[in-house]
Amino acid sequence: MRPFAYVKPVDVEAAVLAAAEPGAKFLGGGTNLVDLMREGIERPDTVVDVTGLPFDTVDELPGGGLRIGAVVRTSALAADRRVRTRYPMLSQALLSGASGQLRNMATVGGNLLQRTRCPYFYDAASACNKREPGSGCDALDGFNRGCAILGVSERCIAAHPSDMCVALAALDAVVEVRGTDGTRRVPLTDLHRLPGETPEIETELAPGDLITAVELPPPVAANSRYRKVRDRASYAFALVSVAAALQVSDGTVTEARLALGGVAPKPWRAREAERLLVGGPADEVAFRRAAAAELASAAVRHGNAFKVTLARSTIVATLRELSKEGARR
Amino acid sequence: MKVNGSVESLDVEPWVSLLDALRERLGLTGPKKGCDQGACGACTVLADGMRINACLALAVQYDGSEITTIEGLAHPLQEAFVRHDGFQCGYCTPGQICSAVGMLAEYQAGMPSVVTEGDEVAAGEPTEAEIRERMSGNLCRCGAYNGILDAIMDVAGKDTR
Repeated sequence: MRPFAYVKPVDVEAAVLAAAEPGAKFLGGGTNLVDLMREGIERPDTVVDVTGLPFDTVDELPGGGLRIGAVVRTSALAADRRVRTRYPMLSQALLSGASGQLRNMATVGGNLLQRTRCPYFYDAASACNKREPGSGCDALDGFNRGCAILGVSERCIAAHPSDMCVALAALDAVVEVRGTDGTRRVPLTDLHRLPGETPEIETELAPGDLITAVELPPPVAANSRYRKVRDRASYAFALVSVAAALQVSDGTVTEARLALGGVAPKPWRAREAERLLVGGPADEVAFRRAAAAELASAAVRHGNAFKVTLARSTIVATLRELSKEGARR
Repeated sequence: MKVNGSVESLDVEPWVSLLDALRERLGLTGPKKGCDQGACGACTVLADGMRINACLALAVQYDGSEITTIEGLAHPLQEAFVRHDGFQCGYCTPGQICSAVGMLAEYQAGMPSVVTEGDEVAAGEPTEAEIRERMSGNLCRCGAYNGILDAIMDVAGKDTR
């Protein structure tokens, strides 16, 4: 691994200042960054370890929401009783990701900022506009089974790999960011950028910007679920995943939340589908129509065209289950 | 660090992984370098009782921690793996056993998995489905999964303290 300097600040001001320097990078649990450094993809001069900062608790917010510290480990968050009862889809999403060992290491903030698993991003011998701007994209006509179909560009079709973020997108989570100019709050759905002409720029964060917490608004009174489809039963990235919440009253959808994973360069909030669902009947036809509308803009390649059908089926199946559970109540 | 019960003082560069520190500096070659990218689980050790992938851990981040490798374990799972043919080549075995020890502690502490039904982790032994899901971070290229599962099931219900 390329040598680097290591600092472990104990207060947030020092962490932000250290990371604002050129070539500096924050380190959480290391499960993604250490791997990328070993591959030579990430080449920081200084690594700023944030795991000593006092952001390791999950705290109550007025009104029933939760404030999740950025260095809380994902296994601890998934097991938190309040998360399991108020935001079951978040616990399910966390437990659908990675392995027991990795979840004991990975932090919430690190999960938000993990890089894509596109094989061409990881392979230094390949063309990748995200890794080396202007070099091209070997995924376009290569092994693109795992790549994105929504929000992509001709420069990059890499998918965002997080499960947690998909649930957070559906839950209207807000990310608290501490920068050199103070603290600001960014809706999770605005944190990540689509690739466009600059796939190397992945988030709205500036150098030194430190994610300190994720805030969850009070839970919606709806059935919710995270459903993940992948190539093996466990410990694999999503081909398609769905985070959904549905509230049905007298056969009519009164509230719908829908976000998709594995299909876009960022956690994909399916607002078009939500718009079509709310106020309509909670039936198969309506679910199919909403899913099809959300996926209408899909831009597929030869290896990932199947994701349109898979995403549609997974959305419909998840909504169907949620509506049946609602009817049983 | 405290490693397998003894205090070790190490001077390591920040880019040295915990796995390399254990293997190359302390001679503890039980934890294996399988994939070196967090995909196989052969490097699994316990850090303050929690199972982790030592290959993705920078040693400096575990300054002051208590590390347990297979060399520091005396656990009924070890005999159970022999009894149930929980391995063929043995390369993944130290990671499998450390992972299983951590996994059973997680189960007993009530930590859920994605196959946990309902709000509570059931008291008593974990089911086969629970063990398969919770052990998915440890690959066995010989395919000794059925023996591994039997070994863990054998020990899981018993008081191992």
